[in-house]
Amino acid sequence: MDEMKKTVLEYIADEYLDEDDEDEVSYDSPLISSGIVDSFSMVSLKRFLETKYSIKLSDEEATPEAFDTVNSICTLVNKHLG
Amino acid sequence: MAFSDSTRGLFTDEIEKIKEDGLFKEKRFICSEQDAEIEVEYPEGAPHAKVLNFCANNYLGLSSHPDVIKAAHEGLDTRGYGMSSVRFICGTQDIHRELQDKVSVFLGMEDTLLFPSCMDANSGVFEAILGQEDVIIADRLIHASLVDGIRLCSAEYDTFKHMNMKHLKKKLELHQDKRTRLVVTDGVFSMDGDLAPLDEMVDLCNQYDAMLLVDDSHASGFIGKTGRGTHEHFGVIDGIDIITTTFGKGLGGASGGCVSGRSELIELCRQKARPYLFSNSLAPPIVNGSIKVIDLISSSTERRDKLEWNTKYFRDKMEQAGLDMRPGETPIVPVMLYNAKLANDMARDMYAEGIYVIGFCFPVVPAGKARIRVQLSAAHEKEHLDKCVGAFRKIGKKYGILGLGKNEIIEKYGR
Repeated sequence: MDEMKKTVLEYIADEYLDEDDEDEVSYDSPLISSGIVDSFSMVSLKRFLETKYSIKLSDEEATPEAFDTVNSICTLVNKHLG
Repeated sequence: MAFSDSTRGLFTDEIEKIKEDGLFKEKRFICSEQDAEIEVEYPEGAPHAKVLNFCANNYLGLSSHPDVIKAAHEGLDTRGYGMSSVRFICGTQDIHRELQDKVSVFLGMEDTLLFPSCMDANSGVFEAILGQEDVIIADRLIHASLVDGIRLCSAEYDTFKHMNMKHLKKKLELHQDKRTRLVVTDGVFSMDGDLAPLDEMVDLCNQYDAMLLVDDSHASGFIGKTGRGTHEHFGVIDGIDIITTTFGKGLGGASGGCVSGRSELIELCRQKARPYLFSNSLAPPIVNGSIKVIDLISSSTERRDKLEWNTKYFRDKMEQAGLDMRPGETPIVPVMLYNAKLANDMARDMYAEGIYVIGFCFPVVPAGKARIRVQLSAAHEKEHLDKCVGAFRKIGKKYGILGLGKNEIIEKYGR
């Protein structure tokens, strides 16, 4: 789980933050509700998770709530990995 | 009655939530022509106030231009009030063809198709030209109408960081396995007023075999030396595959939009774009008025030159007054306040000073980046600009933000 969290966190920092961005992201930082990730750009994160962990996330699962923190994202991914 | 009390309650609760979130849009009534000086009834029922308008998209000041009004009257007199048809049944007049041809020449594109609005153009274009084998790669801050259109299309989509060419390159590399790639951007972004680096984007699209779509709604008519748009500004007129734009902003301000670009893509829109196929034709007075607008701005750059002068003058004076603005060269001037309450309070006080501006906050702009967006027009005279700067100076002083930078404003008011 820790390795997954680290991987997801790194991806989010690289994909969503600019080099001069003052925002810092931790495992429980709000991503969607803070505006770092929005509903339009969330598709990149979803695709990354599906490719990286060979899973398929349905639209019903990929909600703003489920994608709001690294912790909640990893909980969702782990459900699929069993 | 199907609309029971409990059903009504659901909707009432939702409206209350919008109010609680500070996102409720109040009614404001303009009781005059759209112009630099307008009469406003706000709040509803209040006596009319004469204010200077700094929040319209009337960039070229053509909304109430006598020649445009005369042309619209002529359209009404010679071609009637409306077409009572979609374009492809019996809704296309000679003047629709004339406007399309003139827009193609003005924008430097091969062909053009009119839509009821640019919102409709953006809703329809993607689905008409792309399928599930394709990918759309969009700047993250594109206009909401483009987002809606992309979501209606079966093509896969991806996004890149705002105006970040390194990130766009990465995404183009990632999607080389798709049949076609379409990169999507605004020419001028409506909230920040920044210009998409179209020269670099054209280079990348050439390198990675991608098409490029630009929504130039906040640029057509005044960006570029002869007002053709962002592609003229960057010297890449031939490098753009599709431009979507509106007649509802600089180009007269009435309504209507278009998709302009490579002839095959326009033909596909004519055959398949649903907002084109299933919505009424643009009304003849608007078509004739828009033709006059294109004629006016094709024969003289006077109005866009005045707007350019106004923009530089206003930005210089505001900087001297100590307001924190996003740097730029477009007539969209974001006065950065970072705190939503501060932006709304200052906008309200500006209105009391006779200056009509609006505060914008999350989710319309990113969290912690609240601002007042000032929009300049060729209809503004120097004294209008001076009055606006004077009001910002007075209200800025009241809130103690003159001369403060981002960190100092945030320290004082929070984000």
